[in-house]
Amino acid sequence: MWDYTDKVKDHFYNPRNVGQIEKPDGVGEEGSLACGDSLRLMFKLDKNNRITEAKFQTFGCGSAIASASALTEMIIGKTLEEADKITNQDIVDFLGGLPVEKMHCSVMGREALEAAIANYRGEDVEALRARKGHVVCECFGVTDHEMVRVIKENRLKTVEEVTNYTKAGGGCRRCHPQIENLIAGIIGTEQKQEAVPPPRKKMSNIQKIKLIEETLENEIKPMLRADGGDIELIDIEGERVMVALRGMCSSCPSSQLTLKQYVESKLREFVAEDIIVEEAKP
Amino acid sequence: MTMHTVYADNNATTQVAPEVLEAMLPFFKEQFGNPSSMHYLAKPAEQAITRAREQVACLLNADPSEIVFTSCGTESDNAAIRGGLAALPHRKHIITTRVEHPAVRNVCQYLGKNGYRVTELSVDKMGHLDLDELRETLDDDTALVSVMWANNETGVVFPVKEIAAMVKSRGALLHCDAVQAAGKLPIDLRTVNIDLLSISGHKLHAPKGIGVLYIRRGTYFSPLMIGGHQEKGRRAGTENVPYIVGIGKACELALDHMQEEQTRVKPLRDRLEKELLEKALDASVNGDPANRLPNTTSISFKYIEGEAILLMLSVEGIAASSGSACTSGSLEPSHVLRAMGVPFTRVHGSIRFSLSRYNSDEDITYIVEKMVPIARRLREISPFGRDELYAAK
Repeated sequence: MWDYTDKVKDHFYNPRNVGQIEKPDGVGEEGSLACGDSLRLMFKLDKNNRITEAKFQTFGCGSAIASASALTEMIIGKTLEEADKITNQDIVDFLGGLPVEKMHCSVMGREALEAAIANYRGEDVEALRARKGHVVCECFGVTDHEMVRVIKENRLKTVEEVTNYTKAGGGCRRCHPQIENLIAGIIGTEQKQEAVPPPRKKMSNIQKIKLIEETLENEIKPMLRADGGDIELIDIEGERVMVALRGMCSSCPSSQLTLKQYVESKLREFVAEDIIVEEAKP
Repeated sequence: MTMHTVYADNNATTQVAPEVLEAMLPFFKEQFGNPSSMHYLAKPAEQAITRAREQVACLLNADPSEIVFTSCGTESDNAAIRGGLAALPHRKHIITTRVEHPAVRNVCQYLGKNGYRVTELSVDKMGHLDLDELRETLDDDTALVSVMWANNETGVVFPVKEIAAMVKSRGALLHCDAVQAAGKLPIDLRTVNIDLLSISGHKLHAPKGIGVLYIRRGTYFSPLMIGGHQEKGRRAGTENVPYIVGIGKACELALDHMQEEQTRVKPLRDRLEKELLEKALDASVNGDPANRLPNTTSISFKYIEGEAILLMLSVEGIAASSGSACTSGSLEPSHVLRAMGVPFTRVHGSIRFSLSRYNSDEDITYIVEKMVPIARRLREISPFGRDELYAAK
């Protein structure tokens, strides 16, 4: 039994603003029947771009209905610019919290709002999709950009957390390595921003190769091997590092993502900031 | 004023029968002895266990020596599968089905990663196995077949007698998870050639924390629990005397009430099903209606989601369960309904009502009275199915 707050229960049993608006200014949809929850959100603006009316329809569980109901209350009276700043955490806070497994309900709310605003601004579906990046989790149709935003806004650290917030990785689990890469990439850049690294000494090529080998061995290979893959250093030319992916990695459709977002970020962190990782041509 | 409550989630757990509790109490109080002791308190405990063993054997038409008490259905399943495999160490193939309870399915999947080849038999949209598939899959390497008697979500009953004949002809062991069938359907192990069979106490009005593993006489079995000599070395650990007494009494009561399952519980279930299908639009039954446990119905309400339905039912005092993703604790909806090819539009809105002999006609009236407006209310909130619903009006 989920531990829902009184506010969640109130918004589930007595949802506000259910229904549709005739001639809405913006309509956004998120989720699908297949995913197990879906939200259609619409709003109307006054001449100052302030939301005067918001309505929703939800197919989903108690917290999905409550999140949507809460969101309509939160955006009514706000300008479009103010509404655009609402994060999923704001929805969670408004409801006094959600069980971790249900965080994706708040994310669905925020994404439907984003889609509705894009719809008002006349962005077509293709443009929005392009802005959303490419689909990483095929089971639930979650893109890398969506995940990156949620990971950053909620400071997520594990695949399990990403699944709780976005559903990504909750189905066949094939995308888990890619989600790990996304998290690793974000944590890597955040650490870099937080602590200014001491200027690195100029290395000889031998030293550089040695350090790259060490980094591959200690930081990168263990993770790849966990998924049945491996990596080998082929050559270096200045800042360009040529590697070959082995095992499962060699046939993995997300190998480019692995190279750029994981291997490269690790080598930049441990060896030199200007490193460019390339796959050695066979 | 107390809330009107209707408990219709008996495949999840059942209330302890008052007679069962009554029978157990002395063994918490004055008769607290350990049956292995050498003093005056041991004998009553030992006799109580002997009696309970006979009561369980009676329900299954088995010999009391074939009954082993365990801590729960899951332990029985684990012990049966692992203990059975140890009997045929040179064989490395397990056959099970895609609709088993996790207590079997996850054990088999675990063994699949640890040296065994595992075949999961598929089911059709009615929830039935294809016995030809079983025949073709059985080979000389097959050590064990684990098939449930009746499914917990849909109530669909498997043809265990035919399966047993097929499995035995290939020299493999047959384990049957009869947790849902026991007490609801007659089980006769003298005519059905099953080697290992699991039962759980709390599904038939005994308390949680007690199970039974039937081990056919002559079946080589390697115990999961190793320790003392209890249960003839087949399950070590001091006997849980009060609970053993409880499951014994519960089995006796189940046998007494077996007719009632067909003559009273089944008509209640049928009326519930019929009225819900008529009154709540876009509802359908999952699983073969003609070949089911008498107490179970799985109904899908299209365009609405199971957890939301359950929460609204719960406020009205009605307990049921759902195969939706949101109630499973994972994001995956019911593997049983998925295996049957039930479309997503129906899986997420599936509700299982499972009755018992403690349900009444008024209970059914009450469920229908509450469920119909809940379905209507949630469909008003849902963005799907609007046009179809309006068309139906």
